Order: sequence, then structure tokens, then C-alpha cells
Amino acid sequence: MRSPKPKAVKTEIPPASLPKCPTGIHGLDEITLGGLPRGRPTLVCGSAGCGKTLLGMEFLVRGAMEFGEPGVCLSFEETAEELAGNVASLGFDLASLVARKKLVIDHIYLDRSLIEETGEYDLEALFVRLGHAVDSIGAKRVLLDSVEALFAGLDNESVLRSELRRLFRWLKDRNLTAVVTGERGQTTLSRHGLEEYISDCVILLDHQVTETVLTRRLRVVKYRGSTHGMNEYPFLIESDGISVLPVTSMYLNHVASNERVSTGIPALDTMFGGKGYFRGNSILVSGTAGTGKTSLTAHFVNAACARGEKCVFFSFEESADQLVRNMMSIGIDLARWIKKGLLHFHAVRPTTFGLEMHLVKIHKIIDEVKPSIVVVDPVTGLLHAGTESETRSILLRLIDFLKEKQITAVMTTLTSGAIAQEQTEIDISSLVDAWLLLRDIESGGERNRGLYILKARGIAHSNQIREFLLTDHGVELREVYLGEAGMLTGSGRVTQEAKDASAAMLARQEIERKQLLLQRKRMVLDAQIAALQLDLVTEEQESQQLIAQEKLKIVKWERDRGEMAKSRFGDKGPQEYANGSFKAPRQSGSGA
Amino acid sequence: MNRARVHDKTAALGAALAAERDAAHYRLRLFVTGTTPRSARAIQNIRAICEDCLQGRYDLEVIDIYQHPEHVKAEQIVVTPTLVKQSPLPVRKLIGDLSDTERVLVGLDIAPRHLSAMPPKNEHAA
Repeated sequence: MRSPKPKAVKTEIPPASLPKCPTGIHGLDEITLGGLPRGRPTLVCGSAGCGKTLLGMEFLVRGAMEFGEPGVCLSFEETAEELAGNVASLGFDLASLVARKKLVIDHIYLDRSLIEETGEYDLEALFVRLGHAVDSIGAKRVLLDSVEALFAGLDNESVLRSELRRLFRWLKDRNLTAVVTGERGQTTLSRHGLEEYISDCVILLDHQVTETVLTRRLRVVKYRGSTHGMNEYPFLIESDGISVLPVTSMYLNHVASNERVSTGIPALDTMFGGKGYFRGNSILVSGTAGTGKTSLTAHFVNAACARGEKCVFFSFEESADQLVRNMMSIGIDLARWIKKGLLHFHAVRPTTFGLEMHLVKIHKIIDEVKPSIVVVDPVTGLLHAGTESETRSILLRLIDFLKEKQITAVMTTLTSGAIAQEQTEIDISSLVDAWLLLRDIESGGERNRGLYILKARGIAHSNQIREFLLTDHGVELREVYLGEAGMLTGSGRVTQEAKDASAAMLARQEIERKQLLLQRKRMVLDAQIAALQLDLVTEEQESQQLIAQEKLKIVKWERDRGEMAKSRFGDKGPQEYANGSFKAPRQSGSGA
Repeated sequence: MNRARVHDKTAALGAALAAERDAAHYRLRLFVTGTTPRSARAIQNIRAICEDCLQGRYDLEVIDIYQHPEHVKAEQIVVTPTLVKQSPLPVRKLIGDLSDTERVLVGLDIAPRHLSAMPPKNEHAA
């Protein structure tokens, strides 16, 4: 019997229904679930300057370099030198690829002023040129950029149309994966309706300016025979090519780490159940202006770097220099971590580019640095780059992305006084795992900082408010004073503590005094007791003496009486006197 | 007065050009695709024109691009048939099967390019 093995939970890409040709472009292969349709032409259209040529060139270059598929570029607009220059900034060395027979660039030039049409013609020469180039290096990929230039050079549109139809057929017959670029038309996807002929895959590039910020977007308009991402995806043209930002991961299946890591503030670790936070947690630090959010995050960073972990700090308000200086004032030396290469700063104004660009950039940097902790200070800064709902969705994607990679995210958010403290400006509180709230506590004519943990998923955290102090050796957390007068912080707390201390001292002194008094009393009493006992002894002795004397007296007296009676011979016979009955007259009867 | 002098000069230049044109030696290359009817028609047309207007002062080379694809790139040939006038300068390309004789003559600078743009004869005479 086979025992059923537990299967790992994993998002599975459905098997491709048709063979695909990976472009090697960041994100595009994810959106198209594997790449462009192999052996078919793909139309890439868009308005001027949206990156069509670049996308096509990257498709060719990556094909040649990464997938062993040589490519041919028929450029109708730019010469080989111009193209090479344009993409050199992306790190593509076209000349070397050409020299190694991985790439052929053929510049097709039609100068209308030098051309006279004298009768019927066809584009057979173009086919011969392309065929020759393809055969010379065994090309698998073709870029036609932009074939619509033919329409400007030649008059006979009907010939052109039928020839283009034949060209695309020809490409298919030769099993060449082609990218055909086209200028976007007024109402059609391409100015000359190329989409009519290329119906397998159409990708639309676009750039939009919203509130002076430019965002490039890419959309797969159609992809025959394959599912694909339907949305508009932002993309970025960067120093190493195009990056398309794929969707938010559709499933929540990131693994959760059990490892607990220190925040860098021992007292805060204690508040987090004594062991700090979970690795990979997303932690939100919210607070009004000047409550020490950045300083708190600096501790997280410092602690991570001290553990030898890499860290990326995205700052939307302060430059790296400024931040390093400011943190120095609270005794945190971040410069050494930068020098060691553990800490990477990325300080940029939020308005520099669109939200998606920020996200793409963040993705890229994280992919490059592979940090274990990422700080975004503040996430509310991103609000300047987009609307509230956009920002929220971007943050959701960012948090998802970081969670997937098991990267701890520390984000600060500025709360304005206008809304409740327990509410973030962009409602991301439900997305985060732990939430530290910094707040002002105003009392006794001063403002002090308080910190508490609003939530910490999976951690038995403290429910206490701590006073948050910025000292020259970092952040310190103090227990707030809870007394008869309510919660006291700052100098109020200090005064109260001093008052308490003096009261305690007074009490101690009072006790000492009482004890001394008692001792003295005891001594006095003891002395008294001794004196009394002495008195008693003396008294006893005196009494004994008296008794003895009296007894002697009695004896003597009786003797004297007896002698006297003897001598007088009274009423009673001397016998009576002799036996003593005279001494007790009441007993005289008994003696009768 | 001024205008008349300008016209005089233009006329002189035109005459000089025409003289040179008549004397120039033509080097022509015709790119065709095998033996398609269109190719054959083009070859036939250019030969007829050359014999009519350029007798004795032209070289015509017919190139089959199927046989010599390397020429296609060097000469920037996109469509076929294409006739390239390599000399006299300027280099000019005539595309199509060359059945529009008038345009071929204009393209080869055998006929003046813009007849209507030239100053009218009678004004010139005056």
C-alpha cells in the first residue's frame, strides 16, 4: 500500500496550452504565463516613447544571451549604431552579440524623396533580406521595428497590406517568434491596423501622467489560446532593462516563521512577550509628528545589522546623510553598517515617480540586496504619489511581496491629529502583524511620548503603556507612573517619583524613631522591674526579720507571763496558765 | 530688371544641366526576383527605355536577389523590382515594374523633373 504523501502547497501554473517563448523580461513572463507565443508574431503597440523598441530589443538580447536563441532585428527607423547606443545604457552590448553571430541588425531605409514609383511592385526584397539574415545565424526570434514605417515610404497601401499579411504568414511558416511594433492609432491599436493581421498576441504599452507623475503601463490585450494577466501592469525602464510588475500574489500561502528576533530595545522585547517579534512580520509604527517613529525603526535596523543581517531603508522624507546624523544623536551609529554593506539606503522623494514605479523600484532593490528587514519611512509618504486607494493596494502588494520572501517589514505611518490614533491614514492596520502606537501624552504643561503595542499577532504582548524616552544612548522605555493622580509622565513622573521617595524616607525615619523610643521604654521598664525586685527582696528580708523578732517577743512574753503567774498565783491555778488556755479565752469552754 | 537677370541665370543653369545630362554615362542596376512575370516586365521596360533615350551611354546590370541576397542589404533594397541609378548622381531608386515610362524618365533625370515649375518659354524669350 502506498501511503499518500502530503503535497506541498504551491501555486501551480497551469500547463501551457501552446508552446511559449520566454522573453526574459522581468514580470512579463509571469503575466503571459511563460512568454510570447512561440513561432508566432506578437504585436507590441503604443504611443511614441513608451518603450516598444526597448521591449523588442530586450526580447532579442535576452533570447540570444539567456535562451540560446539568436535574433534578427529589422529596424525601419534607427540604424544599427543608433540602436546599439540606445540600449547600451541598459547594459546590452549589441556589437559583441553581432560579432558572435547571435544577432543581426538590419536597418531598412526608405527615403521617399529618392524613390520613384513606376509600376507594380512587391516586398519580396524584404523577405529575401529577412530570410538571408535569419539563415545566416539560425535565428529563432525576429523584431520588426516598426514595420509601419513602410507606409510612410511607399504609396501603394493595398500592396503593402497584402505584403504584410504575407510577411506574418511567412514568419509563422518559418516558426519564428516575432515582435512587431506599431505606433498607436487614434481609434485602433496601431496606426495602420496591424492588429488585423497579428491576432495571436497583442501587447499594449501606455504611459499616463497623473498629477504630473508619469507611469508606464503594459497590458496584454489579447493572447489567443492562453490565459494571461488581464490588468494594466506598471513597468519601469531601468538600468538593466524593463521590469514589469506582476500582480499581487493571488494566494495567501506564505510560510510563517517561528523565529523570534529582537527589536533592539530590551524593554520592547519584554513587551513582545520577552522574545521580540516574529521574523517576517510586518510591523507598523504609527504616531503623530515627532513621536520618535524613525528613531524606533533605527533600533530595529541597528539590531538586525548587528546580527549580520542585511537591511534596506526606504526613506521618503530624509536623506541618508541626514538620517545617519540624526540617529547618531541618539547614539545609533548607522554609518558603520552602510560601510559594511549591510545597510542600504534608498532615499527618494515620493513625487519623483508614480506609485507603481516606487513599488517596482522597491521590488528591484529587494531582489538585488536580498535583505532580511525592510524599512519604509513613512508609508504615508507614498500618498503624495497617488490616491489613497492606489496607495493602499500598492502597500498590500508590498506587504504580500515581503511576506512571501520572509522579510520583516517595518513601516512608519504618520497619523494626523484629526483622526483617531487607532486608525491609520491609509487603513493598512488590518494588513500588518504588529502595530506599535506612539503617542503624545500631554500633562503638566509638557508633552511626553508614550508607546504601546496595539496588536501583535501570535505574541502574548504587554497591554501596558510605557513612557518612551529618547536618550543619547537610544530609546528607553519606562513604566509610566500610575498613582492617585492618574497617569504621570515626564517631569510629572519624576516629581512624583521624588515625592514618593521622600515620603518613603520619612516613613522609614519615623519607624526608626519609634523603634528607638520603644527600646528606650523597654530599658526604663527593665530598670524599674529590677528596682522593684530589689525592693521586694529588701522588703521580704525586713519582713522576715520583723517576724522573727515578733516571734522572739512572743516567746519571751509568754515566758515572762508564766513566771509572773507563778509568782502571783492568780484566780486560775498555775496549771491553766501553764497549758496556755488563758491565752485563748474563747476556747475556755472546750477546755472544761 | 532684377527678376529678368535671375531668369537669365536660371535658364543658363538649366541649359548647362541639360547638356551634362545628355552627355552623362548611366550606370543602372535592376534588382529582380527570379523570373516572375513582374521581373520580366521590368527588364523589358528598362531595356526599351534605355535603347530609346540612352543609347550607347548606359550600363545595365540585372541582379537576381535570390541568387545574390547580399546585395539587398548593401543597396538598401526593400521592394522588387527596384532600379538603382548609380550614376549620374544623385543616386535614385525607381521601384515597380517600370511600366510608367514618363515617371521612369523623370526618375532617371532624362526628362525635366517639374515641367510646370520651369519658367514659361515665352517669358524667357521676352
